[in-house]
Amino acid sequence: MWPELGNFALILALCLAGLQAIIPLVGAQLGHDRLMHAGRSLAMGQLVFLALAYAALTLAFLGNDFSVAYVAQNSNETLPVVYKFTAVWGGHEGSLLLWVFLLACWTVAVAVFSKSLPKEVLARVLAVLGMVGVGFMAFTILTSNPFDRLIPAPPDGSDLNPLLQDPGMIIHPPLLYMGYVGMAVVFAFAIAALIGGRLDAAWARWSRPWTTVAWAFLTLGIGLGSWWAYYELGWGGWWFWDPVENASFLPWLTATALLHSLAVSEKRGGFKVWTLMLAILTFALTILGAFLVRSGVITSVHAFATDPDRGTFILGMLAVTLVGSLSLYAWRAPKVGLGGGFGWFSRESLLLGNNVLLVVACAAVFIGTIYPMALDALNLGKISVGPPYFDAVFMPLMLPLLFLVGVAPSLPWKQGDPMQAVYRLRWPFAIAVVLGAAWPLTVGAWNPLTALALMLVAWILITTGVDIVRRLGRRQGLGARLRGLRPSFLGMHMAHAGLALVAMAIAMVNTYEDERDVRLEAGETATVGGYDFTLLDVDRIRGPNYDATQAEVRVTRDGKMVDTLYPQLRHYDSQPEMPMQQAALNRGLTRDIYVSMGQHVGGGAWTMRLYYKPYMFWMWIGGLLMAFGGFLAAADRRYRLARDRSAVSEQQVRADQPRDFQEAQG
Amino acid sequence: MKRRNKRLGIVVSALAGLGIATALVLNAFQDALVFFITPSEVMAKTEMPERNFRIGGLVEEGSVIRDPQSTEVTFRVTDTAESVTVVFDGILPDLFREGQGVVAEGRIGPDHVFRAYNVMARHDENYMPAEAQEAIERAGHPGDAAGGY
Repeated sequence: MWPELGNFALILALCLAGLQAIIPLVGAQLGHDRLMHAGRSLAMGQLVFLALAYAALTLAFLGNDFSVAYVAQNSNETLPVVYKFTAVWGGHEGSLLLWVFLLACWTVAVAVFSKSLPKEVLARVLAVLGMVGVGFMAFTILTSNPFDRLIPAPPDGSDLNPLLQDPGMIIHPPLLYMGYVGMAVVFAFAIAALIGGRLDAAWARWSRPWTTVAWAFLTLGIGLGSWWAYYELGWGGWWFWDPVENASFLPWLTATALLHSLAVSEKRGGFKVWTLMLAILTFALTILGAFLVRSGVITSVHAFATDPDRGTFILGMLAVTLVGSLSLYAWRAPKVGLGGGFGWFSRESLLLGNNVLLVVACAAVFIGTIYPMALDALNLGKISVGPPYFDAVFMPLMLPLLFLVGVAPSLPWKQGDPMQAVYRLRWPFAIAVVLGAAWPLTVGAWNPLTALALMLVAWILITTGVDIVRRLGRRQGLGARLRGLRPSFLGMHMAHAGLALVAMAIAMVNTYEDERDVRLEAGETATVGGYDFTLLDVDRIRGPNYDATQAEVRVTRDGKMVDTLYPQLRHYDSQPEMPMQQAALNRGLTRDIYVSMGQHVGGGAWTMRLYYKPYMFWMWIGGLLMAFGGFLAAADRRYRLARDRSAVSEQQVRADQPRDFQEAQG
Repeated sequence: MKRRNKRLGIVVSALAGLGIATALVLNAFQDALVFFITPSEVMAKTEMPERNFRIGGLVEEGSVIRDPQSTEVTFRVTDTAESVTVVFDGILPDLFREGQGVVAEGRIGPDHVFRAYNVMARHDENYMPAEAQEAIERAGHPGDAAGGY
């Protein structure tokens, strides 16, 4: 009964989305108020029905209703209750339902928080979001309905993929989808601007917080996925350049470029056409990501089961998106205009550098991801493009980017003085060079590339600190000084510092990590990275729905006890043929110690994988800082104020920046 | 900067970006592309490629030998027509089994022994790695697929 209700609610939501895609748009073209206002109610209705559908599927999981095919495939009687909630998005069909549900949430959020948007703009934004909703809901209902029945019902379901039975996995997909779906909002703003033919500073102010929040969610989602891969897969790696990882990384790169391009659009009225292009590209890349993950063209940990219809449908959706939005772009972009000019050494020019580097990096990753698939699809042979390719193209692009991060934030808009900048930054530069050169010596043998990376890390951290202090110093009294720090300013620096920490961790881990696969019998010791690992014992234990072999490994350093670690090899009842590793970690500020079990190799001997990973901890801290920097920046009061006086946008902006802006127009 | 100069600047920086990207990609492709060869194709060659490549197929029944003192493992990968001896030092994937699909990445020595630095099995008990499947198909219908590297 519930599944049918859910199905019905889903179909109703699709119908409402269809109306939402048309009515407000027509209203905006005709200048008809009531039609435009319909968008908001339709979005609310959509959210209600999707929430109902989502609840129905959750109830099916909680009630062990194995007559629902999706439940039978992803759950069973013994699955712990918390995982029954999360299993709703553990497979392809349910995760799509979560996707459209989150899209409805974002749509309603836009409708509620953008009351002060001009009504035509809001109507167009909601209409575009309605179109996106139609696409994804039609995809769900036609090719991947989570409510499909399985008659006769099996007595028990199979199981949620054991890899997904993990706390990190509970929140990874929702965060990632929040990011993806948020990019649809940004796309909708861009299309609305194209339809209206107006892109001014006010537009950039409305879209900026949405973009920033979506980007922050995407950052969190990717970071969490990486963290999960690190401890759950038992391979000790945190990024594999796997096509599915790239699928989320590609839109992240263009979204990062978009954030910076939007800053120019807001502050200086520049990069307008380019900003729109980035918004379209970013959304298209999220659809491409859906294609990579859901069509079955690739086989990986993440990939869902294969069904050619799905791939065809998503490719169709991608084609419609690209053809539609790029035609609109070609037709309307000239009307939007280029925006203000700037000197060769200015914040704009460096942000342009940022954009070029990020987009080029995205293109390089795109080629490495798509090329093998294209060859395979055309039957031209099988090749694979592995981490060496990505490292070789990515690093040379990221090093100059890191350098720019240290310069651009303190540079004036429009025209900077290179000599003054050199003078102002000479001490930070000198200190960064010394620190970066000395830092590797504290960990191991000196390596020029690592030293260069660490110099850039120190460079960002120092210039960030200097810039914050400079901003503080202008006012009297500590309270006034702190108030002088706007959230958007602090958020930017927080995200930059986070990036620096991630870069630091990558440089350290890649250069100084120590990994050994060893064969140990009880009582034997192996040494990795200065730590002694002694295998004490191997036991069999029983978990809620699995049997595990658990090793007891004592870790000491110079005879002093560090920790006792218990890595496991789990055999889930549902998939006894498919053992899962559960690595054991001892985390520290300057190093992680990591043990995972291999195989039983006869007698009392086991193979074990031992790692020493310096500064790994900072990778996650850096990722969190980046995301929270984004949230902080989006919370800036300026965006709310901007909305209040949105109607006067263009004039207001000119009044704000009287001289610069008008010169720029001339 | 005048508008025309600015447009020129944007075009130039876009072209520069494109140029850098192309150079980097081509340079990296040269070294990092890993081609795929089936055991039959390996055995048919007289000269062995001086670079890393992938082979795929089934782990031959009864061919897995573990060194009792170290983590070194020797096994044979077959496409049902020919087989190649593979030596790997390290921990094999959890789903590595005799008679099951496997893909190994590494290079082959003059002694026709494939030294793998990476061995992959499918993540799921039900499926074969795509490349293992392909190797067996190519062995079954020689000449059908465009092989080689």
